[in-house]
Amino acid sequence: MSKEQFVDPATAEPNPQWSEADAERFARYKAVETEQARVPLGEYRQRSRRSFLTGAVGIVGSYAGWRWLQGRPEENRIPDVLRRGHEFNEALWRPVSAGRTAPTFDRSESSMIRVNGRIGLESPIDLDSWEMTITGPDGSVVGVRTLDDIKELPKVELTVEHKCVEGWSHIVTWGGARFSDLAALYQDQLGERPSDFVSLETPDGEYYVGIDIESMMNPQMLLAYELQGEPLDLEHGAPLRLATPNKYGIKCLKRIASVAFTNEQPTDYWYERGYDWYAQL
Amino acid sequence: MALVDASRPEQPTIEPVAVERHRRGTRWMHWINFPLLTIMIWSGLRIYWADLRDPFGFGVGLVGWHWFDFFPDVVNERLGLERRLARGMAFHFTFGWLFTINGVAYGIYTWRTGLWRRLLPDRHSLKDSLTVVAHDLYLGRLIKRPMPPQGQYNAAQRLTYTFIVVMGGLAVLTGLAIYKPTGVAIITTMFGGYETARAIHFFVTIGFLVFFVIHLLQVARAGWSNFASMISGYQPLAVADTIGNTDQANESSGSEDQTP
Repeated sequence: MSKEQFVDPATAEPNPQWSEADAERFARYKAVETEQARVPLGEYRQRSRRSFLTGAVGIVGSYAGWRWLQGRPEENRIPDVLRRGHEFNEALWRPVSAGRTAPTFDRSESSMIRVNGRIGLESPIDLDSWEMTITGPDGSVVGVRTLDDIKELPKVELTVEHKCVEGWSHIVTWGGARFSDLAALYQDQLGERPSDFVSLETPDGEYYVGIDIESMMNPQMLLAYELQGEPLDLEHGAPLRLATPNKYGIKCLKRIASVAFTNEQPTDYWYERGYDWYAQL
Repeated sequence: MALVDASRPEQPTIEPVAVERHRRGTRWMHWINFPLLTIMIWSGLRIYWADLRDPFGFGVGLVGWHWFDFFPDVVNERLGLERRLARGMAFHFTFGWLFTINGVAYGIYTWRTGLWRRLLPDRHSLKDSLTVVAHDLYLGRLIKRPMPPQGQYNAAQRLTYTFIVVMGGLAVLTGLAIYKPTGVAIITTMFGGYETARAIHFFVTIGFLVFFVIHLLQVARAGWSNFASMISGYQPLAVADTIGNTDQANESSGSEDQTP
């Protein structure tokens, strides 16, 4: 019998080689499936023509849609439609993420993390004279802080799993101050919710990140000066870096030079290179 | 429509007929799933490439060097998977929703139409599937056992077509677990943490690829009219069956029924 033909389920009979139990089981299987529709061959051919035509239209349509998507104008290095996709996801996850904190681990599970980026660290730096400038939404400087100022804020140790957009992750222990505690110093000037966004930059302006204020005020958003209990070394962002347990590593800027509270969504180094601006975990 | 009446199963049919194999919903969702899953795997591999260690290649840590890479450089290069992480993520996180919607729709459809009765394995399926696989590998004579009883889907198919849906669910859930490990930390924890969820996500993908290869082989073996039934929904009966020649029907119901 050719493979082209198949057995009519309605008339298929039990195999005589089967046990009685198997024959009964066969009857049960058949009983479930009796309602198959049948059509004369003429109608079958008509249906086939229609279906294959639909299929052809579907293939052409999908291909056209794919080409259309690939040909869309790019917005920060990805097709604008996919940018909308990222924004859709941001709108969807913002309420879910609000106030949530990343799982923490025991300190003993953490270890020294690899150095994965040196952008913004190329210029020479004098750690002793380092200061961080803080500006308000109107662009005026509201404060300048030294590392000692930051160290006077309550110290937090946090063992969290750092995640990179590249896929790898690493459990690491940060030591530093909550960003929200720094922001609280300017509460009189800027209010409890100083702005909608925060923009941070390295001294040379080569690396910059933009983050929504809710994420910045998350208790796990740290201005870190310690890694694995030791002061940060230059490669890891000395003297002060951001630790962002709830955002991908692309957001945890090293060697912070300036913090700007702003009400316009700031640009972002990796956002300009095709990544999601929100980058929330 | 007199023709249709004349072909009702309870009346003896002389006229050749075609029997419905796949409902419209099944067919649409099957064919919509194909490009969506392709896009998901392709964009997913662009993400995977970015972790240059090919971390799930065998041999790392065990013997200190790679003796097997799932995706060696030549594959990445030929498929344009290199240095496309941002685009990979953009496609993955947008099309992921379409893949999820299609999968959920299929689940609901299969449940509401009762088609799950044909598809879910029963307590015989595991044992039967071994016999089926033996027959599929042309070892039927060797094991001296006939093809076990089956409905539309044999035991191996029931297991496969159920497990592939489970895999789809796993892909979506582990995907969410590594996409939003804080947002849906409960799912990440459920899968044993971020790294484990990521490994499951990866191996489910490998599973899809393995399924795809076997599925194509089986479709090729089963022939054109079987393949066409996934498009038109119907498959013509053998003429012998239609005129009620039970000898032929008998013989074939006990032998291999290769329907992928």
